Amino acid sequence: MADQSQEPVPFMQKVLDNPLLLLAIGVLIPTVLYTLWGVYEVMQIPVSR
Amino acid sequence: MAEFRTCPETGFKIDLQADKLIKWNAVTSVVFLLVGGLFGLLVALTRWPEIHLLPAELYYLVLTGHGLDILLVWIIFFEMALLYFTSAILLNARLVAPMLGWIQYWLMLVGAAATNVAVLQGNSSVMFTSYVPLQAEPLFYAGIIVFAVGALIGCGVFFATLVTAQREKTFEGSMPLVTFGAMVAAIIAVFTIATGAAILLPTLLWSLGLIPYIDSLLYKVVWWAMGHSSQQINVAAHIACWYAIGGILFGAKPLSEKVSRMAFFMYILFLQLASAHHLLVEPGISSEYKIFNTSYALYIAVLGSMIHGLTVPGSIEAAQRKKGFNKGLFEWLRKCPWGNPVFSGMFISLVSFGFLGGISGVVLGTEQLNLIMHNTMYVPGHFHATVGAGTTLAFMALAYWVVPVLYQKELWGAGMAKWSPYLFGLGISLIAVFQMGAGTLGAPRRHWDMTLSEAAIGFDLPPAAFLMMGLNGVAALIAGLGGAIFILNMVGTILLGAPKAAPAVAPAAPAASGAAVSGSAEGVTVPGTFFLAIIFLVTFILYYFVNWKFLASVWPLS
Repeated sequence: MADQSQEPVPFMQKVLDNPLLLLAIGVLIPTVLYTLWGVYEVMQIPVSR
Repeated sequence: MAEFRTCPETGFKIDLQADKLIKWNAVTSVVFLLVGGLFGLLVALTRWPEIHLLPAELYYLVLTGHGLDILLVWIIFFEMALLYFTSAILLNARLVAPMLGWIQYWLMLVGAAATNVAVLQGNSSVMFTSYVPLQAEPLFYAGIIVFAVGALIGCGVFFATLVTAQREKTFEGSMPLVTFGAMVAAIIAVFTIATGAAILLPTLLWSLGLIPYIDSLLYKVVWWAMGHSSQQINVAAHIACWYAIGGILFGAKPLSEKVSRMAFFMYILFLQLASAHHLLVEPGISSEYKIFNTSYALYIAVLGSMIHGLTVPGSIEAAQRKKGFNKGLFEWLRKCPWGNPVFSGMFISLVSFGFLGGISGVVLGTEQLNLIMHNTMYVPGHFHATVGAGTTLAFMALAYWVVPVLYQKELWGAGMAKWSPYLFGLGISLIAVFQMGAGTLGAPRRHWDMTLSEAAIGFDLPPAAFLMMGLNGVAALIAGLGGAIFILNMVGTILLGAPKAAPAVAPAAPAASGAAVSGSAEGVTVPGTFFLAIIFLVTFILYYFVNWKFLASVWPLS
């Protein structure tokens, strides 16, 4: 039986075990997809004269 | 140098500073639950057409206080306690920079008190959303900003403790799932607070007269990144509580820890995008933006919620079946400790959150269906199901376990405590149902005068909508009774509870350790949970398509 401690840690587990990486992802994605995209849409509305 | 004590009941090694911070944050949260709950009762009694208790000005004042104290203050104070518990205590670690923890506490307290004072002074009745051009006193915005800075510092202490515990190897392998869920809540909190600062700082300057104008649509877009995401913190946090309670009471392990982690990961990626459902009727924003955020992306996060909804009861079923409760589909469920408020609160929270909050959230997030109920009573109905029945009840359930354990006192009023989750759970779920019913019939949210008697363009709501709002008032009284019992239990336990007798021999594997370990339940089938899941899916599908039919009837196209 293989020694489990010698097995390489799967990539996804490395990602999920890295709090600071997850923090960066969790802030970046909504900032781009929700906030910045939303602000961009509002900025595209012509100002009334 | 950190000092520790060993809990005689759970075996946890408890950092004394973390211990104090958890207690202070938890107790303060309950105080604000009391204040916000009283405001809520006054709101319900005013929206009860036959009673219509408060004049308009006072109504908007208490509505502002209710939203603020329940949606932000009670919840986030409790979440701070949860973050310290799931990091320092569950990871067997020292709390990093406890002084910053105290700065978190005092900033949040000062901020919350300042905003409450501003509201009670009467010139800041702008409601929780505080949409511009409604303007509050500068103290209102300044208080929220100070509160948010405190919460951000608390998140920093949590992450520092987490990373330090990893480096000092206070636990083996991956962090426990409960801690992982709390970390997801903290990640969402950081985004929430950062965007909150981005919009509330200029709003403060505007209220001081230093900025002439804030665009109302821009405000809405950025504000909802805070306003709705703050409630997504709750979702991750209360699901962490569900897993914790399953581990504590049953020694339950998730059906597949990998799958549960991935479900939380889906929250990190997409849950916060749900904020866009508040913008679905805004004409200046494209359908691509609305539909991508509230449908394509959000549905992946909804899948995460459905996984948790399956795996939490599934893990309990697996643990119960291992103990021999194998008869039929539901012996495992019948044999659960229904008289223990920790369990009953958690299970009612799970069912109400899924059936009422989850389904109504997807309906509200569908661009076309949203037209039927946007800005109606349906919206507060939805979030009374999520934040009230889901989060508040889950936090109450965990508090019934945490407070006696940390204070080492017997639960005061245990006979009453059995009833609290049922009364609060029933009451708050009925509030959600009646508000959603009234909203579906067109009753506006927020508005003091349901008859719209002074509106420029009048509208007669059907009598059933008035009936629903009356029943909403009755349900609020039931929920209020359940909430009052909870607060009495907590205060009584801290002040009057009898000291717990220390066990003669420290348990080798304390029951509570189930919340602090990693791993999956293996080799157990959970047919009862899958049967319940099918009922949920059928309900979901039926309700979803009934609303499409309803949309066709109220908005005929030819």
